Amino acid sequence: MINCRNVSKSFSSKKILKGINMDVKKGEIFGLLGPSGAGKTTLIKILTGQLKAEGDISILGMNPQSLKGDDYRKIGIMMDSFGVYERLSCIDNLRTFADIYGIPQDKVLATLEDVGLKDAAKTAAGKLSKGMRGRLQLARVFMQTPDIIFLDEPTSGLDPQTAESIRELISSKKEQGCTIFLTTHDMNEAAVLCNHLALLNEGRIVEYGTPEEICRRYNHQNKIVIHLYDGTDITLENDGTGALQIAELLSLKMVETIHSTEPNLETVFLELTGRGFCA
Amino acid sequence: MRNVMVIFKKQIKDTFKNKTILIQFLMFPMMTIFMGNAIHITDMPEHFFAKLFSIMYIGMAPLTSVAAIISEEKEKNTLRPLMMANVKPAEYLVGIGSYVWLICMLGASVIAVSAGFTGTEFAFYMAVMAVGFIVSILAGSAVGVYAENQMKSTSLVMPVMMILSFLPMFAMFNETIEKIARFTYTQQLSRILGDFNLDSVSNTDFVIIGINVAVFALLFNLVYHKKGLEN
Repeated sequence: MINCRNVSKSFSSKKILKGINMDVKKGEIFGLLGPSGAGKTTLIKILTGQLKAEGDISILGMNPQSLKGDDYRKIGIMMDSFGVYERLSCIDNLRTFADIYGIPQDKVLATLEDVGLKDAAKTAAGKLSKGMRGRLQLARVFMQTPDIIFLDEPTSGLDPQTAESIRELISSKKEQGCTIFLTTHDMNEAAVLCNHLALLNEGRIVEYGTPEEICRRYNHQNKIVIHLYDGTDITLENDGTGALQIAELLSLKMVETIHSTEPNLETVFLELTGRGFCA
Repeated sequence: MRNVMVIFKKQIKDTFKNKTILIQFLMFPMMTIFMGNAIHITDMPEHFFAKLFSIMYIGMAPLTSVAAIISEEKEKNTLRPLMMANVKPAEYLVGIGSYVWLICMLGASVIAVSAGFTGTEFAFYMAVMAVGFIVSILAGSAVGVYAENQMKSTSLVMPVMMILSFLPMFAMFNETIEKIARFTYTQQLSRILGDFNLDSVSNTDFVIIGINVAVFALLFNLVYHKKGLEN
């Protein structure tokens, strides 16, 4: 669906993207993770033809710069920078795009309900909170079922409950056959949703793979940590030498929790870059 | 065509919530009704206020509203989602232009009815207004495409609007101003409305109005190719 080979982008003298290589397969959720300023939004703009870049890029088998007309009907894009009609109500904002896409009007209210904006259907978009505005932008994309959906930080600024419902919507779009390319700061979200991930730092992809693969690749410690009911923590090598001790602790019903020490995405990123994901 | 209608519909919905634009459309028809009924001076030319405010209407309402609508879309970044949804720039501009033209024509019909124009007079008046609105929409589009935001659009549109709207009025009192003003389409339309007779429309009027159309079209073309609809 998307192929990038040696993609680079500079603004003036500053190089934002440096030799990006990646492939996004049909029907998968691909996550691009990285801190603010890493180049995530720039990459989405390049992939959707909003910016030119050096290198070979293919989306739906075409160069993004040659996308036009009906090609854009196959692509849904949600970006924070995309505006909404502030004086129009949520429902009228969606109706405008439903008319453009030729989507039945009854789908509009259903989509507003899906993103939790049914009660605000007649509220002017300019009076919405940041989170609600984000959901309206998402609704604009989720109304249709395009081949590829680009989501730029789709759950940013949302409360946990709404964020979870948005994740469910993203998953349902995948089940409907959409390929989804999303950027996020949220490692848990990426780990739960994405089939493949790329970690982007200072314009370079520093790691690529499934969330499990990436975490396993950096499991240098390979230990088992046992927390006992008396508050004691015991760390054992995960090589079979501690098996008897674990069995004994379990039989004595002393074990409160037991964990292997494989890293999560954040610790991998920290190891790779020396800094966290915070915006 | 569907996308043109979508833009048209969106603008209709927006008009009732956008007081700034709404005032532009309503001000001159309302002033014509009010002044026409409130002020009666002996020897005042027939339909004086209707004709005076009609030219101001041509020079102000379409110019400012088109420029404001386009520049607001650019400032609020609402054009990008439209373009990414396969609305072509030409469809967008035709949608906005046809909406402003139609609303202005409705306003002009209110002026015509309040002035008591019927039959041929009504048709003649509406035809003159239709031509004037089209040229002003073209000028407003050039400003709207050029300006990155509403503030810049307002500061650019103000002097153009003042010249186009008030020059014909000043030309009534000053011959030198009239010599300069005759090169503007608003002055030509003002004279045509003043005579209010199809036979008085000369080839020179057509040439001057045609040159005005060509100049604004060229300006729009230059600005559009330099800046596009989204910059």
